[in-house]
Amino acid sequence: MQFVLDGKTITATPGQTILKAAEAAGVYIPRLCAYKDLIPHGSCRVCSVRVNGRIQAACVQTVSSGAIVEHDTEELREFRRDVIDLLFVEGNHYCMFCEKSGLCELQALAYRFGITAPKYPLLNPKRDIDMSHPDVYLDHNRCILCGRCVRVSQDLDHKNVFQFVNRGLEKRLQVNGEALAATDLRVTDEVVASCPVGALMKKRVGYAVPVGDRPFDAQPIGADIESGKGGVA
Amino acid sequence: MKSSTATGVEDVCRKFGNDRTRMMDIVIAVQRRFGCVSTEAMELIARACGTQRVEVESVVTFYAFLSVKPQGRVVIRLCNDIIDWMKGYQDVADAMAKELGVTMGETTADGAITLTHTACIGMSDQAPAALVNDVVVTQLTPERAREVVRDLRRHLDPSQLVTMVGDGHNAHPLVRSMVRNNIRHRGPVHFAEFESGSALRRALARPPEAVVKDIKDSRLRGRGGAGFPAGVKWELARHAPGERRWVVCNADEGEPGTFKDRVLLTERAHQMVEGMTIAGYAIGSDAGIIYLRGEYRYLLAYLEAVLDERRRAGLLGRDILDTPGFHFDIRIQLGAGAYICGEETALISSCEGLRGDPKNRPPFPVEKGYLDLPTIVNNVETYCCVSRILLQGAAWFAAMGTARTTGTKVLSIAGDCRKPGVYEVPFGITPDELLEMAEADNPGAMLIGGPCRQMIGPGRFSGRICYDDLATGGAIMIFNRARNQLEIAEHYLDFFIEESCGHCTPCRVGLIQLKRLVHKVVHGAGEPADLQAMRDLSRFIAQMSRCGLGQTAPNPVLGALDGFPALYEGLVAERKPGLLSTFDLASAVVDAERRVGRQSQYV
Repeated sequence: MQFVLDGKTITATPGQTILKAAEAAGVYIPRLCAYKDLIPHGSCRVCSVRVNGRIQAACVQTVSSGAIVEHDTEELREFRRDVIDLLFVEGNHYCMFCEKSGLCELQALAYRFGITAPKYPLLNPKRDIDMSHPDVYLDHNRCILCGRCVRVSQDLDHKNVFQFVNRGLEKRLQVNGEALAATDLRVTDEVVASCPVGALMKKRVGYAVPVGDRPFDAQPIGADIESGKGGVA
Repeated sequence: MKSSTATGVEDVCRKFGNDRTRMMDIVIAVQRRFGCVSTEAMELIARACGTQRVEVESVVTFYAFLSVKPQGRVVIRLCNDIIDWMKGYQDVADAMAKELGVTMGETTADGAITLTHTACIGMSDQAPAALVNDVVVTQLTPERAREVVRDLRRHLDPSQLVTMVGDGHNAHPLVRSMVRNNIRHRGPVHFAEFESGSALRRALARPPEAVVKDIKDSRLRGRGGAGFPAGVKWELARHAPGERRWVVCNADEGEPGTFKDRVLLTERAHQMVEGMTIAGYAIGSDAGIIYLRGEYRYLLAYLEAVLDERRRAGLLGRDILDTPGFHFDIRIQLGAGAYICGEETALISSCEGLRGDPKNRPPFPVEKGYLDLPTIVNNVETYCCVSRILLQGAAWFAAMGTARTTGTKVLSIAGDCRKPGVYEVPFGITPDELLEMAEADNPGAMLIGGPCRQMIGPGRFSGRICYDDLATGGAIMIFNRARNQLEIAEHYLDFFIEESCGHCTPCRVGLIQLKRLVHKVVHGAGEPADLQAMRDLSRFIAQMSRCGLGQTAPNPVLGALDGFPALYEGLVAERKPGLLSTFDLASAVVDAERRVGRQSQYV
């Protein structure tokens, strides 16, 4: 089946999401909560596109034949910038001394969108760091509630280490036990590598690759998709 | 030996078949028995239901009426909706807090009584009101509030607070509440006589397709507010592939200012259940769920009795009214204090024993709803309409109202008027007519359909209540000319911030930023550019949010900006050069002000 993306006709398979169909055609739609082939979460809204006039999350919305999809418009770029900005000010993101720098998808999106300083006032929340586990730590300051860990732990690791608790601004990630050490999380679990930001981190390997030599230091996020070499997510 | 908690929790889980999808019932029952769902209880529930503790915690922490930490034996939840504020909420709250010796949100030292506030409990026509455990107390004054506390201190038995009962079925032995119905105008759809079984007999005499056609011909649109054609929804569900189909009744009216479903549930339960049964027959379903908001728990025993009565009369159960092969029964799912659960996919999540997060759409519930089966969700009023349409015919129904919005509408009217209450009126009625009927005092603005809809000024009082002009789910709030629209907008932003599920970024984080902007402007620290920033952010949140809550939450702000521009413009001024516009000096010095015990003087 075919649909129109920014005026270009794109071929897709029935049931495919707009995000995947665009990706296959070499068009990078920015995203944060989307990950591999997991059931989409639709929460970050970075991948929002206009489908027949209505804004939808491209990671969730499946392609319909003949749909008119707008993606790279000034309005949507502005909206996406706002989403990224809001995620920055919601948590405590200290890029300049974060060991995830250059590997962090949130930071990489900010680079790509030319965000140099937050537009909205910082919320400066008080959040905890869970250092209890021998090999992994969980820094809630940098968590963006994308839910990748929740889904990867359940669907790929077949465990249930993470879940969300509370609602609204109080919503946060919770581990299945008193602390990370009390869960059955192992450093080899796929979940550890799935975090797009510096919230879930391996201990003692932070600077194995020096800052400056990291993937997003070399080229913008999404460049791999745009060059036809497949995506990170 | 097992602790008594272990035995108790295991009993509860067993009662619900150790079924993970019945998590809401389980945690509500545990909360009632032990005053909270402790970490120990969550472990036990997880083990019994074959899930993880964090999954249980995820559910418990989502709902306002559930708690991981112990609460008092009696929890007083004072309603803090805007109407309650107008009718003296603050004085009542102060009186209660003083009498109890606690501040809002605290429990007395002896662990007996907790005082907290809650969003609209559906009693705007008799505000200020509170829930004391499940017991509704209405029309509170500071004096009455002190009495309530003194009485509770003595017996800790909320049921003893009911010294007189309200009208209609509020006086039913299974309800016994002091709530009043205040039915001010009776229309032909909802408040005409209704004989149980009469509409169902008419339906069963026809093939199911013909019943769907009746609903389509009546052009009935869902009464929840979105106005989707009910017949189309039924047809989609009827033809969707699935082993079973579900009929869900949304009795979670949580829109601030709405209380008409509460009255229909009290007085027209049979008519509603009959409408659900007709829907079951029409779409080929054998099972229904009534999702009853936790705030209306006081109606639960009565509604259960209605279902029982209908089972005995052959109107529910197997081979209904001797129709071979038509089986249909209903269970009631109780909520636990979450406005978002009125959104149909969130409501379904809650019925499935999950957090009340809305689901991604598509697929829509008519294809994949409750437990991934085709499901129709209609509200209380819609099902009541269904029964009447089957009795009187589609043409009779379609002849009322406007061309594209047929029938009548039950409205709940509250605020600055002498006759707050429930009015069944034909669609197309004007706000002016409503103001006259309700005997409004010097009206300056009306909120048509709750904060998620629109605030209108006198310029639109001659408009029409229908889906093409002034759409409403049923809440009409009247504000006189002395009320401050901006304060109302800020109040409702707080409401939406509290009730957001937090799933998507625009709603979760955008609303708090919008609130900061509004607060800054309302308190005189804003500049002209902030008004445009408010519009831009509102538009962003409305367009980018995943569900109806975020999509409509900025409406109070936009309504105030559009309808009452002079108010905002009067509050903003160009700042001195060099001042950072995003810096809110007033809130930055709050801490210091508190320490020195005086207000800062700055320009």
